[in-house]
Amino acid sequence: MYVAVKGGEAAIDNAHRLLAEVRRGDPAVPELTVAQIREQMRLLVDRVMTEGSLYDPDLAALALKQARGDVVEAVFLVRAYRTTLPRFGATEPVDTGAMTLARRISATFKDLPGGQVLGPTFDYTHRLVDFGLADGDSRDRSPDPAAEAEPEADAAACPRVTDLLGQAGLLEPSPPDAGAPVGDLTREPVDYPVDRAVRLQALARGDEGFLLALGYSTQRGYGRTHPFVGEIRVGAVDLEFTPEELGFPVGLGTVDLTECQMINQFHGHGAVPPQFTRGYGLVFGQGERKAMAMALVDRSLRAAELGEAVAVPAQDQEFVLAHCDSLQATGFVEHMKLPHYVDFQAELDLVRRLRAEHAARAAAPPPESDESPLREAAE
Amino acid sequence: MPSASQTPPGPGMPDLAPRQRAMARAGQASADELLAALARAGAAPEAEDLRAPETGLVMVRGRIGGDGRPFNAGEATVTRAAVRLPGGETGFAYHLGRDRARARLAAILDAHWQRPEARPALEAALAEIAGRRVEAAQRAARKAAATRVTFFTLARGED
Repeated sequence: MYVAVKGGEAAIDNAHRLLAEVRRGDPAVPELTVAQIREQMRLLVDRVMTEGSLYDPDLAALALKQARGDVVEAVFLVRAYRTTLPRFGATEPVDTGAMTLARRISATFKDLPGGQVLGPTFDYTHRLVDFGLADGDSRDRSPDPAAEAEPEADAAACPRVTDLLGQAGLLEPSPPDAGAPVGDLTREPVDYPVDRAVRLQALARGDEGFLLALGYSTQRGYGRTHPFVGEIRVGAVDLEFTPEELGFPVGLGTVDLTECQMINQFHGHGAVPPQFTRGYGLVFGQGERKAMAMALVDRSLRAAELGEAVAVPAQDQEFVLAHCDSLQATGFVEHMKLPHYVDFQAELDLVRRLRAEHAARAAAPPPESDESPLREAAE
Repeated sequence: MPSASQTPPGPGMPDLAPRQRAMARAGQASADELLAALARAGAAPEAEDLRAPETGLVMVRGRIGGDGRPFNAGEATVTRAAVRLPGGETGFAYHLGRDRARARLAAILDAHWQRPEARPALEAALAEIAGRRVEAAQRAARKAAATRVTFFTLARGED
């Protein structure tokens, strides 16, 4: 039980003023602008959008500035902001097959229609610190402009790799759209077991570190699924929304997304011949690690559906979904630093009484019984 | 995309594609570009608010596996506006983000676009705006194309 406390208003006000001063840092150093964060800390902004479950790069950048760069705190601010807004409705489902690609790779097929496009990636970099980026060295120097090349004829149409493999029946198809209502964990409480759509919604906003560790655990043998990266694609898709008063879809603009199609080892039964199974990841912005982790965990959470034993954490949907949200987790862990004086007083009273009883028993003559002292000590 | 001449607008069956395209193009424009487009059509950037510009959310849907059953991927901020001109034309805008002034200007543009005398000038302005966006997209596509890679597999035979 949590009992409220009063007092400390002046100290709290002053703590917040101090926070503002410390947030600003050394006044001799120029203040960061939101646009600088949005443009130059883009992957961090993307992570806050994804885990904040709200696409708005300027808002995510502002939240990061306010949160002194603390991701979970920034997610908290973004989630709190969204609760103040009405919801106009849901978009048409995005067509990732029509994505304007910034990057697209496959670890399973080297030759695919549309080609492999590395895009802006840390892959194949040497991970040597570039001291040329240090203050002063880079201030007056722009990087060399990116190389350009004429896109090849097939670059305009880049089918998803899963579409290609699916045509041969080697890969399980996506679950069909039967027009059923789409579950929404922000509107209805999660009642386990939940369907794959709600699981994906939870994983999409889940903490990257937690899901990365769980995905890694499946690779190390805790629910092995033999994954391959069928495809990762990063780029922009158009969002369409049909307002009630218009009755026809309008283009809202474009959002950047990262999609991961994980291809996993075979499954087949009775009527269905063996075929590859799949896991899916989709996140805001460029977030390949998160999209991959999401796809790994999506696949492992399909254990029951695919007739596999549910034996490890990554296969247990209640364990994964109930703990993957960084905001829920931090709320419960961090609330413990708030005053718990009344709670703790009750516990103190209890432990004092137990100790007094213990001392009284120790002082009394031993009872006539064959009970071992060890058992008594363990009570 | 069908043109208005191919599918004449009629009661209950208007051809929406040109208006949808104009609204989408206005959605990509900056506030300054919208003001310039309205000025070019001789339209004042003023109208009666049917609904004051308002920021809200849309739930962005994805599909499982990219092409399967829909799921809720996360929300996005959207700002909407609805206006009416003295002549009775109503204009709407729904844009990603939180820029109320820009959404209101786009709604005013949408209303004026429905006036046949204003449409050609607005279409010309919107086409230029779209052209600039296409140029930027082509430049990005050329940069991506320069990173297209061909991997080779090497046989590691002993012979």
